[in-house]
Amino acid sequence: MNEDMESVADFRLRAREWIKANLGPIQPWDLDQNCENDEEERRAVARDRALQRKLFDGGFAGICFPGEYGGQGLTLEHNRAFNEELIGHEFPSRFAVPTFSPCAAVLLEFGTPEQKARHIPAILKGEEVWVQMLSEPGGGSDVAGATTAAVRDGDDWILNGSKVWTSRAWWADWGLCLAHTNWNVPKHQGLTVFLLPLHQPGIEIQRIERLNGESEACQEFFSDVRIPDSDRMGEIDAGWTVGTRWMYHERVGHNSPYVSRPVGLTKSASEGPTPVAIARKAGRLDDPAAQDMIGEARALRIVTHALDRRLAAAAASGKGNMDNSSIGRLFRGVASVRQRTIAFDLAGSGAAAWTEEEEEATGAQGMEFLMRQVSCIGGGTTEIARNVVSERVLGMPREASGDRGVAFRDVPRGPKRS
Amino acid sequence: MWHDLSSEQELLRDTTARFLDDRVPLSRQRKDLRNDPAGFDPGYWTAGAELGWTMLLVGEEDGGGSVSGRGAVDLALIAYEFGRHAAPGPLVDCNVVAAALNGQAGDLQRGVLGEILTGATIASSCLGHAPWQRPGEAGLTIRRDGDDVVIDGTLRPVESAKQAGWFLVTGRGESGMTQVLVPADAPGIAIKGLKALDVTRRFGAVTFDSVRAPASALVGDYGQAGDRVASQIQNAAVILSAEAVGAMDAAFQMTLDWAFDRYTFGRALASYQALKHRFADMKSWLEASHAISDAAAEAVADRTPLAAETASSAKTYIGEQGPELAQDCVQLHGGIGVTYEHDLHFFLRRVSLNRLLYGTPAEHRRLLARIQIEQENAA
Repeated sequence: MNEDMESVADFRLRAREWIKANLGPIQPWDLDQNCENDEEERRAVARDRALQRKLFDGGFAGICFPGEYGGQGLTLEHNRAFNEELIGHEFPSRFAVPTFSPCAAVLLEFGTPEQKARHIPAILKGEEVWVQMLSEPGGGSDVAGATTAAVRDGDDWILNGSKVWTSRAWWADWGLCLAHTNWNVPKHQGLTVFLLPLHQPGIEIQRIERLNGESEACQEFFSDVRIPDSDRMGEIDAGWTVGTRWMYHERVGHNSPYVSRPVGLTKSASEGPTPVAIARKAGRLDDPAAQDMIGEARALRIVTHALDRRLAAAAASGKGNMDNSSIGRLFRGVASVRQRTIAFDLAGSGAAAWTEEEEEATGAQGMEFLMRQVSCIGGGTTEIARNVVSERVLGMPREASGDRGVAFRDVPRGPKRS
Repeated sequence: MWHDLSSEQELLRDTTARFLDDRVPLSRQRKDLRNDPAGFDPGYWTAGAELGWTMLLVGEEDGGGSVSGRGAVDLALIAYEFGRHAAPGPLVDCNVVAAALNGQAGDLQRGVLGEILTGATIASSCLGHAPWQRPGEAGLTIRRDGDDVVIDGTLRPVESAKQAGWFLVTGRGESGMTQVLVPADAPGIAIKGLKALDVTRRFGAVTFDSVRAPASALVGDYGQAGDRVASQIQNAAVILSAEAVGAMDAAFQMTLDWAFDRYTFGRALASYQALKHRFADMKSWLEASHAISDAAAEAVADRTPLAAETASSAKTYIGEQGPELAQDCVQLHGGIGVTYEHDLHFFLRRVSLNRLLYGTPAEHRRLLARIQIEQENAA
């Protein structure tokens, strides 16, 4: 830390004062980000943009982003202090993930000076919300097997294909898009990353309704979308270099030093009812089985928090293996599955059928349970994380694959049966 | 372990590691020490005390001292090495009692503390079966009688019961939890050796039949020991958790090596995805165990508002996942994993024993639930 830098303690006090004076209490839709309807969602988005601008004007936007791009140029510890002070207060949650990380983090690492100067201050001012376009209908975890194609046309590129599971693309502004630009080489050697304005001719965005009724995820269809070469990020065909870091930042997720959001061990009411509240509603606070689950949920939360801190400290010190982020991804996925199962069990039959008034207390626990596996699927499945941990952290032999060393156009694309 | 240890902390840890390598290698524990009454040679414990094993939770004014200013963090480094070596000796009990006697004014308490610090005596905390476990069960009573207290009942399992010079006895007084320091040879005390899960550790059942102690032997006020016991349980949770993490590390590393060396159907075990994924899961439990063990040591050292919850989280999480990991290591070894000749069982024993002492995982979950319910009722 350089000597002119404000100490973490001083920064914390300054942040505390500013937050108290400028930010209201946290709102119900701040953490899960799911609004009742599109109308409400649009209002929440507008308010998040304004909040982000407020943070920028107050000198608290982008705590770990460099000063030359409008950030504060401070450290992970400063960001952690800010995140702790933020507990209980409203914050622009729609900028956290994926805008700040992985998108802005990747821009910072690989963008040209012009790209960074254009987008990072705009992000920090609340003007640009970003999405990541990685997954495709033809394959989720095999990211490098993307078949969305960009073909050079003079100073431009022409993009065709489709991306899926893009959260909130229907109202977001820009996307990072991974596309194949060379089909004559093995898959990792023929990828390129582009910056893409989402609302333009040639891009059709459809909403995907999930089993719980919400439809924040989208699928995009690209038909001859024209991209200027100045919106290419990194070298041509070197997109996997970008992609590897991109996925690292994705696995780090909310624990990224670039993300400012309330972090702590006190669960705020806006995150939904606590295990104690669910058990009380179900009349089970005196039930030893319920108490056991309440204790387990609490321990799991404290352990998850401790692991996040350990991995973040290792990453910041530069000593940790980059692939350690997969350990956190795996643990959080499995821990979240268990937390949701506990909440479901605590709610009992109240999670089976409920009135409008009981929706949040018990009804939601049923729906959360049905959606339980999302924590082990989104952002790269836990199976992929287990491959990464065993192969790249523990050094075990790699799985056999049918596409290594094979020109991408010759890679087998099933079905083979019949 | 911690990513940023000071050079003094590294010295503390490495000195103990070398000493344990030298004095209690598994080859010796497997044979010579297996049937030794104490589980270690005369001189082992006093030499360990000189390395700082019993002083870290005691203030300098009482003859102790830590190397970093955070005694629980330093002690966790030692405990980790104890686990990694499956080392014998009453590390948990002596430190719990030393911390309990820290700051006590009485001559008796100061004298016993001095002897614990030099390793001249062993003191048992008698909290292996924590007093808040199985409520309703008849425990030990400590009643007043004139200027004395009179102790009746049985405590078990008590670590190093037959080697201990002193017992810190916890029981129910008429007005609440009470602690008193009693010499192991006091009239009315009968000690029965017990068979134990861990061949490197020794336990006994201690029966008190109208054992008298003067009021001056009380530790804390009569009937007022509840908070002191809670803090002793936290210290124990830190030590037991760090030990278990050391044992988990050793078992995991041994099994990882095995996966690379062992070939079956013409392939290394490490090449099977079904096994690779189990190793990945184990690695995630191991990292989480390191993280919560470190967090508990820091929270207890710094006496943060979350100290009790963090210590109980470590005790319950590592208590569950430590034996799960060790049993998975046995499974991945196959038949060789359940032989006495193999090293693995030393670590399985250590994590399994530590799971049960000073409150089981279920008891610590209950404690966590009570804290949560109280907090939400107050809010």
